[in-house]
Amino acid sequence: MTTAGTNERMTRLLTLVPYLTAHPEGVPLAEAARDFGVPERQLRRDLELLWMCGLPGYGPGDLIDLSFEGDRVRVTFTAGMVRPLRLTTDEAVALVVALRTLLELPGLAEREAVSRALAKVSAVAGHAGERVSPVALSVDAREQALAVVRDALERRRALHLHYYVPTRDERTERTVDPMRLLLVDGRWYLEAWSREVAGVRLFRLDRIDDVQVLDEPAAPPPQAAPRDVEAGLYQPEPGAPVVRLRLARWARWVAEYYPVEEVREVDDPPGGLVVVLRTHDLAWARRLVASLGGAATVDAPAELARAVADDARAALDRYAAGARPAPGRGG
Amino acid sequence: MSAKRAERLVNLVIALLGTRQYVTAARIRATVPGYEPDDGTARADEAFKRMFERDKAELREMGVPLETGRTSVFDTEDGYRIARADYELPEITLTGEEAAAVGLALRLWESAQLAGAAHSALVKLKAAGVEVDTGRGLPLQPRLDSDEPAFEACYAAARDRRALEFDYRRPDEQEPARRHVQPWGVVAWHGRWYLVGFDLDRQERRSFRLSRVVGTPRAAGPAGAFEPPADVDLAAMVAGQFGGAEQTVVVRARPGTAVGLRRHATPLGAAADRAAGGTGNGGEPWDRLELRTTEPMRLADQLAALGPDVLVEAPAAVRDAVIERLTRLATMA
Repeated sequence: MTTAGTNERMTRLLTLVPYLTAHPEGVPLAEAARDFGVPERQLRRDLELLWMCGLPGYGPGDLIDLSFEGDRVRVTFTAGMVRPLRLTTDEAVALVVALRTLLELPGLAEREAVSRALAKVSAVAGHAGERVSPVALSVDAREQALAVVRDALERRRALHLHYYVPTRDERTERTVDPMRLLLVDGRWYLEAWSREVAGVRLFRLDRIDDVQVLDEPAAPPPQAAPRDVEAGLYQPEPGAPVVRLRLARWARWVAEYYPVEEVREVDDPPGGLVVVLRTHDLAWARRLVASLGGAATVDAPAELARAVADDARAALDRYAAGARPAPGRGG
Repeated sequence: MSAKRAERLVNLVIALLGTRQYVTAARIRATVPGYEPDDGTARADEAFKRMFERDKAELREMGVPLETGRTSVFDTEDGYRIARADYELPEITLTGEEAAAVGLALRLWESAQLAGAAHSALVKLKAAGVEVDTGRGLPLQPRLDSDEPAFEACYAAARDRRALEFDYRRPDEQEPARRHVQPWGVVAWHGRWYLVGFDLDRQERRSFRLSRVVGTPRAAGPAGAFEPPADVDLAAMVAGQFGGAEQTVVVRARPGTAVGLRRHATPLGAAADRAAGGTGNGGEPWDRLELRTTEPMRLADQLAALGPDVLVEAPAAVRDAVIERLTRLATMA
């Protein structure tokens, strides 16, 4: 944000001397570079520059003085730069909003500690800590499973759980070796080695029931590699069969929501879209189309359209056969 | 930024922090190394003035509280100083647990919009003697929808309390429409970014999905132009647009089906009568389930997708909505 770019180096230069002051025993250069998020050679350049700066007079006793011992650096004269600059609004917002979010996530951190940290940080953040924050994060906080999963990850134990698979509308039972927690698009996922399928799987926490920490260590095999989630959780399936849907105007959101391969504006229906998805999972596609209640029609494949229509007719038959439930027995 | 300029700015900060007197521009020019020296020409004066103005702007943008004023009534021009108490981060001490909470919290921004600000805040805390460790502990990987070009402008306008205008295209409209908004804040809700605020055209609170903003939003007018209501809950405003009051819906489900529905349902026992999916086919009796929802029409979508395994008993509005959906679906092939 605003601290990036031109200001970034200045912010670092003004923070370095106080940072070294806070570590009177000296800091290994590599560690300081890591803390500041820059390469070691950039940090050296910064230190060399600071060495030339100091109080007016700029004589030997006025300039910032550093001492290097082996790979460690220490400050011996600060020229009056002992504390870091106050937090900028963006920095204060980032801190306060993150702590407020954490406060609403029971099971992830000790609530009392978060609350105390928030109070202390707000106090030093000044004005920015009190105003209505210009940004907020809303994260799914109801997960009962979060505390148990976190416990298993911290103690490196295996988990036994029941998992609901929505595309098949099934409840499955699994033993998994937890690898890490993911927070993607506001939802929690456990990434784990699933012993039953011998592969890495993502488990959405709100679909986990009856989870238990087992008395055996988590041991994901060496081939269990975490997946790259930067591109999104649902990787497109390039070779999979094509599903072509025709969306009514009020179902155009589908194109924003699902990984569609192709989007085309059409006049039939007016203001509609034709989208192409690729999936091997026709059960999923059937559920998607059916849940759109007619706002999407299937251009291809024909078997998908038939499956949706057959289901709907069977359901209508049942409603017709039963008519309305007897009075007094309903809801 | 050039090393020369960086050096000059650091020296300027040190010089102004080290004095309680206001220091005039002329004095700064004479003492702080790196400024165009006074050789009596108007050209040199002009060059110094430009340089000094840029330096002041840069420092203020970084949050350095540069004060202007006069030390005594006999001073003939304004000078500059930095009050140490305003410059320095106040004393802060965190216990190990509190510091761990800060470290964990800041990781929520990892690879997201405020990652840079979160990192520099963390470094400042470390420079204030707080030992924050973000590396250890929980293997946690957060990801926010970071690829949102409208974020920066919306966030900055909300932060500075400036009015904002932008073109906005709802998915059910073909042409974008110009909107004028007092932006209260930007909210990540279910992984998507929304701008919430007061819509000046409609004179109402509204939320806008950032991905539907066309082009770059433009801030208009001065900073501090409005103040959001003190008790406003930004996330609740976004959540609120999706739901109303809670309703109860009763359905019948064939035994062994509708597994997902049952996870959030209260079982009411077996259906006693033979009508409406009771024991119609001579099989087992169906299960009666009670569901709660704030979005009955979305529930109707979900129930219609379950096809012949689920029948709605009550209320009639939801039952009719499901039958309407099924009727449309039945014509598909």
